[in-house]
Amino acid sequence: MHKIMRLAAAAMLAMAFGHGAAADDLYGTLKKIKDSGRIVIGRSENSPPFSYTDANGNPTGFSIDLCSRIVEAVKAELKMDKLEVRYVTIMGTTLIPLLVNGTIDMACSTTTNNLSRQRQVDFLYTMYVTGNQLLVRKDSGIHEVEDLKGKRVAVNQGTTNEKIIKELDQKLNLGIRFLDTEDQPRGWLAFESGRVDCYVTDAVVEHGLISKAANPEKYEVVGRLLSFDPYAVVVRRDDSAFRLVGNRVLADLFRSGEIEQIYDKWIKPIAGPLGEPLRTVYAMQAMPY
Amino acid sequence: MRYSWNWSVLTVEPNLGWILSGIEWTILVSLAAWSIAFTWGSVLGIARTVQSPLVRALAGGYVELFRNIPLLVQMFLWYFVLPEVLPQRWGTWLKRDLPDAEFWTAVVCLGLYTACRVCETVRSGIGSISRGQAYAGLATGLTPFQVYLYILLPVGYRIIMPALTTEFLSIFKNSSLALTIGVLELTGQTRRISEYTFQPIEMFLTATALYGLITLTVTALMRVVEGRTRLPGMITVAVQ
Repeated sequence: MHKIMRLAAAAMLAMAFGHGAAADDLYGTLKKIKDSGRIVIGRSENSPPFSYTDANGNPTGFSIDLCSRIVEAVKAELKMDKLEVRYVTIMGTTLIPLLVNGTIDMACSTTTNNLSRQRQVDFLYTMYVTGNQLLVRKDSGIHEVEDLKGKRVAVNQGTTNEKIIKELDQKLNLGIRFLDTEDQPRGWLAFESGRVDCYVTDAVVEHGLISKAANPEKYEVVGRLLSFDPYAVVVRRDDSAFRLVGNRVLADLFRSGEIEQIYDKWIKPIAGPLGEPLRTVYAMQAMPY
Repeated sequence: MRYSWNWSVLTVEPNLGWILSGIEWTILVSLAAWSIAFTWGSVLGIARTVQSPLVRALAGGYVELFRNIPLLVQMFLWYFVLPEVLPQRWGTWLKRDLPDAEFWTAVVCLGLYTACRVCETVRSGIGSISRGQAYAGLATGLTPFQVYLYILLPVGYRIIMPALTTEFLSIFKNSSLALTIGVLELTGQTRRISEYTFQPIEMFLTATALYGLITLTVTALMRVVEGRTRLPGMITVAVQ
């Protein structure tokens, strides 16, 4: 086993240093894409409106739209006539291994950019900002996080949402009884079937869930924003050439205002028109040439 | 393609506490489910060998039902579907008032599932004893109940001991599916930490090692039990 690992490490080193001698100075993800003629995108199956499967079984959504533009830019950058695009479904736990081992080249989903994750991966510019709010039934009498005293609350395992709400529970001494649901469909099911009084997840996700519910008028999203969750496309760490191509695409969209059309197409029907804070986030990232 | 290793995620708080709590839940779920699986599985296993065709068919139907539905689906059915098909008052009690509902649902689901596997093991243990022994017992005036109690079961259980050990080990590993209904056992906790820290490889290696530790301990204990209960001349005797 040890020997195999050492061989693998040697092979990786050879790959890492070998290209330095090559004529072109492509490296990392760009080189991999050029060599293989293929770019692989990690995506989620059920995170509407960002990354999900449409009625025909194709990957679609806000994040996927942005990534498709990045693919076009990569193709132009590498002067390729043909670039095959493949999609691989990822989950929270498989994102990192698949990105690090080279199975996927970028992840286009609803991943929150935070500093502890930046030890392991890099993020492109922020494409959307959301935060935790409370998804409740209208007759529940819950308006703010303080109203959750002694209530049953569902939150997904291992999410930034879980971290935030459990910290608040401790700090405000609320005695919330948590149900740690596995994923979004199960969290919604637990909430809809009445197992819990409240489901805590990203506000934009909650609006999406309500819009797809059988009785949307029964539910509402309430309370102040409990967290700051900037969504971003995930790429490999220490690969600034590839990251630059991605960020250039995003900066162009932010500068030209084209981002608003993409926003209106996917997010407006669910979370309302593009608000001032997010507009500022986009403006701040519209880097000039 | 590089992964930045960081084993310190294991020891920083609250991660260490979460892992320990995960081990605790894994053991609790497994032992509680095993007590159901062993008793109910034994009853079913005996039922599959009795005279009455009706009892045999019922036990057989149970086995086919439980072993042909994936355990993951069974967890989902017990937790999310059962409360909806029960009368509303019972459903509400299951959903709202039962303390630690996730834990008890996981225990019942895992216990009833493993029972069908224990049942088949017990049945084969009883079936492996030559018919002559039961006839001899009856001929000496024992009732069928006494034949089971004094002859078939004591011998049968000793024969199936190694197979039961395997089932007992499986229950520890299958208990990881309890995370799908919200029990943060060992796999649930390590997955949770890996999503917080983005260090999944360390966490999965840790989970692997800890499951190995648990199951090797169980194997060692079962070896002792097997040794203590072994009958000279029976199948379980190791090659000397």
